Amino acid sequence: MIAASWPRDAPLDERLLVVDPRAGSFRDGRVGDLARLLVPGDLLVVNDAATVPASLAATTTAGDAVEIRLASHVSGPVWRAVLLGTGDRATSGTPRLAIHEAWRTRTEHRPPPPPVRPGDVLAIAPRFDARVEALDDRLPRLLTLRFSLDDDAFWPALYRHGRPVQYAHVARPLALWHVQTPFAARPWAVEMPSAGRPLAWALLGELRARGVRVSSLTHAAGLSATGDPAVDAALPLPERFDLPAATVDAIAETHASGRRVVAAGTTVVRALEGCARLTDLREGVPRDSRGGRGGSLVPGEGTTDLRIDARFSPRIVDGLLTGLHELGTSHRSLVQAFAPEPLLARSWTHAEASGYLDHEFGDECLVLPGALGA
Amino acid sequence: MDVRGKGAVVTGASRGLGAALARELAREGARVVLVARGSEELERVAAGIRASGGEAHAVAADVGDKTAPHAIAGTAQALVGPVELVVQAASTLGHVPLRPLLDTDCEALEQALAVNVVGPFRLAKLLLAPMVLRGRGLLVNVTSDASVAAYATWGAYGVSKAALDHLGRVFGAELAETGVKVVTVDPGEMDTAMHADALPDADRASLLRPERVAARILRLVRGSDALPNGARVEAAAAGDLGEPAARAPHGAEGA
Repeated sequence: MIAASWPRDAPLDERLLVVDPRAGSFRDGRVGDLARLLVPGDLLVVNDAATVPASLAATTTAGDAVEIRLASHVSGPVWRAVLLGTGDRATSGTPRLAIHEAWRTRTEHRPPPPPVRPGDVLAIAPRFDARVEALDDRLPRLLTLRFSLDDDAFWPALYRHGRPVQYAHVARPLALWHVQTPFAARPWAVEMPSAGRPLAWALLGELRARGVRVSSLTHAAGLSATGDPAVDAALPLPERFDLPAATVDAIAETHASGRRVVAAGTTVVRALEGCARLTDLREGVPRDSRGGRGGSLVPGEGTTDLRIDARFSPRIVDGLLTGLHELGTSHRSLVQAFAPEPLLARSWTHAEASGYLDHEFGDECLVLPGALGA
Repeated sequence: MDVRGKGAVVTGASRGLGAALARELAREGARVVLVARGSEELERVAAGIRASGGEAHAVAADVGDKTAPHAIAGTAQALVGPVELVVQAASTLGHVPLRPLLDTDCEALEQALAVNVVGPFRLAKLLLAPMVLRGRGLLVNVTSDASVAAYATWGAYGVSKAALDHLGRVFGAELAETGVKVVTVDPGEMDTAMHADALPDADRASLLRPERVAARILRLVRGSDALPNGARVEAAAAGDLGEPAARAPHGAEGA
């Protein structure tokens, strides 16, 4: 499939592949069709996390240029992050990539970062640096960093020096506004929760006017790729979420009235199903005894390491709005919890042949039982 | 709106009405992010609030700069989010001393529009959208009677404030039934540095103290549920009833 290389101007005209697992079929549409594909009483849940400028250019003590990609916020000035090499090494003759152009090289082809050890300092700007606190036991590319600035100074510095994480399929350097959804709130995501990107307010207003409810949660969407096969195999890393009480209530009411909960994005699925799973764990419900619709959601913050695939039976979420995800990715595995792979494979083949675009600025896919009428 | 515990953003917070509003909000228990260009003055106001037990975070940024609103909104949401109250008090006059329109540089009008309309629009977009999803929140834009009356030499400022007023009205129309409200407040003539820039010969004794106006605006905020969405109100309409007559301003004196 061809990657969308830049944000487009008319989100509601972007294509929407409608996959109905109940009917076992799919159909072409446009994002604007969502206003009619969802019915009064349905609930659309979006992730309102804003995207952090999570890529920072830094220099090691030895003078090697590296790119820091923030992966998740631990607390205060402490973050987990991965390092990517630029080839711009003081100590070797490898090809040099200018740090701000380094994203043009596919992540998996990026030179490895120079080795770092706990105590090493990565300099970003005068008085703004990051000290390596620890390397992950299993995945040494995954670091714990402590920044030199406290909260009040850290965030303005991050906005000043950070850039959006971006990949080689994107045409030009991205500005921060290119990677925000229309309802971005707290900066928790290190990459855009992109399923929400084309949900323009005109559409959200039309949905609401028709009696479709729209609620939000905040989920700290993580990195989608790092170029390190070991780290990539471990993605998604544990991610934190915050579930407002109003959203918990809206979900309960939607379930009670027999309507559908539609997640805008895999992060929303993860937050909701992960939250239900946490309740099970707290209450000592064994994993294999769960099942059926409707789990217990508790409002508030939590962290989920739930991995969702074809064997998973969603209890909270009935359908999913998401991008078009290639076989073998963790996103595709998650979608398999909502529709059988043979149907997804057929629809993917059709979408590819019909010129659909993938990746964060690409077209969308709605997987929803009954979407094509029943 | 009860501001206790709420995340709030105040622009123009280094002096005058913005600083007084930030102090007033913090005293009422709001968690306040103060925004202004000059970081030293701004930090002094924030430190004053913290010294009297309030929560204040200083963010140095120019709302007229295209890239600033994302940094302001992101920082504010990270520090005190979800933000539920925004007060936009930052303004520029254009030329100082004021000039008739025929002497006004086009760039000065553009600058007034950037700081008084386009910047506030950018920040409003970023901070209102998540409020609409959550179904609650309040945006207060600070205007001037120069937006309604045509005063000679106040052209660049008056034009920009008239546009800001209308921005509030249209937001109000679009946000009806969302639980999120936009209100435009005319504070009246205050004894501030900006007023002194515009009218250096004014009799200061005849001007309102920014602290007193801030208290009035706080009363409007508390009673904002009763205001129509998109309303343009005069702070004086809130009156001074129920407020201690001589309220000692805490922290640094307003400009």
